[in-house]
Amino acid sequence: MANLAISYPPISLRLLAAFRRFIRWLTNPKVFLALIMLLLMFYMVIVPLYRMVETTVTWQRSDIARNPGAVVGKLTTFHYVRMLTGVLGRIYTYTPLRHSMTIAIGSTLLALFIGGSLAWFVVRTNIPGRKLINQLAVIPYIMPSWTLAQAWIVFFKNRLSGGTSGVFEFLVGQSPPNWLSYGPVPIIICSALHYYTFFFLFVSAALMSIDSNLEEAGDLMGASRWRILRKITFPLVMPAILSGVIMTFSKVMGTFGGPNILGTPVRYYVVATMIRGSMGVGDKADAFVLAILLILFAITTISLNQRVVGTRKSYETIGGRGFVAHVSKLGKMKHVIVTAVIVFQIFVIVVPLGLLLYSTVMLRDGNYSLSNLTLQHWIGARNTIYNHGEPGVLRNPKIYATAWNSIRLSLWTAFFTALLGIVLGYAIVKGRGTRLSKLVEQLAFIPYVIPGIAFGAVYIAMFAKKMGPIPALYGTFALLVIVSVAKHLPYSSRSGVSAMMQVGRELEEAAQVAGANVWQRFIRIIFPLTSSGFVSGFLLTFITTMRELSLIILLVTPATQLLASQTMFYTENGDDQMANAVILILIAIVVLGNFIIGRFRGGSLKKGLGM
Amino acid sequence: METTITIKNLTKRFGNVVAVNNVSLTIEPGTFLTLLGPSGCGKTTLLRCVAGLEDPDGGEIYIGDKLIFSHHKGISLPAGKRDLGLVFQNYALWPHMTVFKNMTFALEIQKIPKVEIKKRVKESLAEVQMDGYEGRYPREMSGGQQQRIALARMLAYRPKVFLMDEPLSNLDARLRMDMRAELKHLHHVAGATTIYVTHDQVEALTMSSNIAVMKEGVLQQLDTPDRIYHYPANLFVADFIGNPKVNLLDGVVDGNNSVDLGKFKTAVGTHGVTGRVVVAIRPEDITISTEPVPGAVEFSAYSVLPSGADSTIIARLGDTAITVREMGISKIKMDDKIWLKFNPDMLSLYDKESGNLVVSRK
Repeated sequence: MANLAISYPPISLRLLAAFRRFIRWLTNPKVFLALIMLLLMFYMVIVPLYRMVETTVTWQRSDIARNPGAVVGKLTTFHYVRMLTGVLGRIYTYTPLRHSMTIAIGSTLLALFIGGSLAWFVVRTNIPGRKLINQLAVIPYIMPSWTLAQAWIVFFKNRLSGGTSGVFEFLVGQSPPNWLSYGPVPIIICSALHYYTFFFLFVSAALMSIDSNLEEAGDLMGASRWRILRKITFPLVMPAILSGVIMTFSKVMGTFGGPNILGTPVRYYVVATMIRGSMGVGDKADAFVLAILLILFAITTISLNQRVVGTRKSYETIGGRGFVAHVSKLGKMKHVIVTAVIVFQIFVIVVPLGLLLYSTVMLRDGNYSLSNLTLQHWIGARNTIYNHGEPGVLRNPKIYATAWNSIRLSLWTAFFTALLGIVLGYAIVKGRGTRLSKLVEQLAFIPYVIPGIAFGAVYIAMFAKKMGPIPALYGTFALLVIVSVAKHLPYSSRSGVSAMMQVGRELEEAAQVAGANVWQRFIRIIFPLTSSGFVSGFLLTFITTMRELSLIILLVTPATQLLASQTMFYTENGDDQMANAVILILIAIVVLGNFIIGRFRGGSLKKGLGM
Repeated sequence: METTITIKNLTKRFGNVVAVNNVSLTIEPGTFLTLLGPSGCGKTTLLRCVAGLEDPDGGEIYIGDKLIFSHHKGISLPAGKRDLGLVFQNYALWPHMTVFKNMTFALEIQKIPKVEIKKRVKESLAEVQMDGYEGRYPREMSGGQQQRIALARMLAYRPKVFLMDEPLSNLDARLRMDMRAELKHLHHVAGATTIYVTHDQVEALTMSSNIAVMKEGVLQQLDTPDRIYHYPANLFVADFIGNPKVNLLDGVVDGNNSVDLGKFKTAVGTHGVTGRVVVAIRPEDITISTEPVPGAVEFSAYSVLPSGADSTIIARLGDTAITVREMGISKIKMDDKIWLKFNPDMLSLYDKESGNLVVSRK
């Protein structure tokens, strides 16, 4: 038996020992995987951001014609001065920024009101038909965000653009005013009706997780219902509300579809549409200045928000462990209320889809006679009179190729995102408390605050030309996959973390003690136990990628066209019926995908959102 | 398969917290050693270091003659190669595997022949009296049954060393009593060197051949249950062990063989100790009477707590409270006058400053 004193070895052996300890640290799976993730995120997030900033502070080729003496690549403040001062600053930057803020704040508040009150009704009252309300609440989120905007145009359009009238004018006999047809009001309403799902899901999960004893305690002490709601319930739900606020705000700030459809006709430009405009005329650096501004704005607002509420947990969702909730009796009103709620929900789903469908069977836009009904836009042959000579969508090889691109992209993105989710979840959860784990978690959060269109812009900066080992990816399908995966990192890390939290560390340790190596532990223990999280992450990513527009609008080329961007190009060409038909196809694919993927291993959208 | 475990100067830090602080101990072959202490004392961390689930920041660990961990040599054998079995507090049965799969997981990895695997599963299940449960999933069993399966899973791969991390703390009180007896019997049969972690001093006293009491990462005392109970090395151990708790009374040595406790004095062999001390006496070492006795001090019965086999009486004199244990159901009523007498041989003295034992009882 060894004696109790430790003998200290000479220096060379001590170095060897230190080396061995380092190797052991490095080969620890949580460290090893965290480092790989860091490297990956460095390339997917940090480098592109850096390249974008670099572009804005150096002379670009496109600047030379206007600025004699400029040398490509030399440092300059030109782009910032141009975009931030004088008349150009006002037109290009400040006004669009004000517009972006207006629609972001407006739709966040409206979405909060709709989603929050709906959640309260479902969780905290004896309202019947909760299951139906629950299911219907998720559907607007499944539809592309600009579906409502397109439907709005069909209904409320006036003769301002294109010269044809909408359903409103046909029914009322009078052209709707501009403020109702275009601009901030419809943009806010359409965005809010899309994003209220976030608030609904977050707030109802939070309400469910509140121990109603807390409220009952208040009740027993004689506090009024309203006082309890204000003093006890509300503060407890605050983190969930904040999650929704951050998510919605940063999404709307970077959203392109709605403002492009509803804002552009009346020159109501937001930052997202300005970025696309600048990019379109080749002023990449100018577009990047706007993108950087958008990012800074989003970050500032989000951190201010968190400062004000004084919670740092705000983007964590509260787990839905159910307590017996304190239920308010609605009395005789309950049937009236449930009818109103369900009518409202169906209204925002069925009416827009109906309008879109109706518009696709009108041969000529704005002609509401029965003789104008046709299937030309669906199955019509090539005819130069209609849609710039394109055949109906179902006979159009371009649409099939585009749909296949969309499906392919969504499947690849969903697969990588779900896979990265498990790996990120493992690295973060197992390394809890270490700086490495924290760094991984924070880095994975960055894409969250970068608005979609800006993120797309970042990727142009990164991959327009060859850089180190990375080839010029612009115009390739791979680039679309990479950008989509990168944008989904926050979601994948969140759903991965929540999936991994369900797997107690002892379960892996027991396997470790039993002699299983890392690979065996992953295959036999970790993956089987997180499979429902994997499927849920897959499902969520499939749906969001399928209908993502802002992110990829700057990156698609004719060869990599996607359904989402295709609708936008049709709209911009004035082929609205074609655009609407494509949206309907897109929604059909998403619903089908949701149905099929949801069959596997208890996958669900809610779980995918990390709840 | 009896194995010595030697731990030398083991240290483990988490940030600024020293969870295990320079702990050295030797566990003789076949010993049932309990690591005992309040939560956060480092007992579980120490166990996890031995298991290979934590990487210590200093020291060495041997199992038998094999060096399994050395900070200075940079050696650390992976958990799976240390030839030990671990039972977790929450059992850690894999929920997606049947009992059979749970038990054969390690055996398959060790490439043990199929026939042998089947035999071992059968034997191990029999040992924990769970024959015929092969096809069950963990969630289809009660907590106690899951606990037995967790034990059987460990027994099936026949490790040289058993490690157990509070295995009984999730069971209800009655089941815990039964399982103590069974665990002790299992250890007796298997004879494997065992390290057992608990915060329950009764569990430690009833099951162990040796107890190591820890506080804030530091080993306080390593001894047999008997010596831990009767001769605690310091005030922390004295206070932690025993139910009802030991009486600890502040006093000053007052001349030869007498300690002034404020309200009264007591005779005790002081063996040259002077100054401020703490007098310790177990509740059962105090004689209680309802009438004045020579050398006894008058108290009043503040509270009387009978519990069947014995009764606990809290006696008060001013702000001095003393716990006394009497066999059987006590006849004493609340607020009765009672007379307590300390047996000088049963008193231990601790230094007030250091808390260390200076004069031990007979």
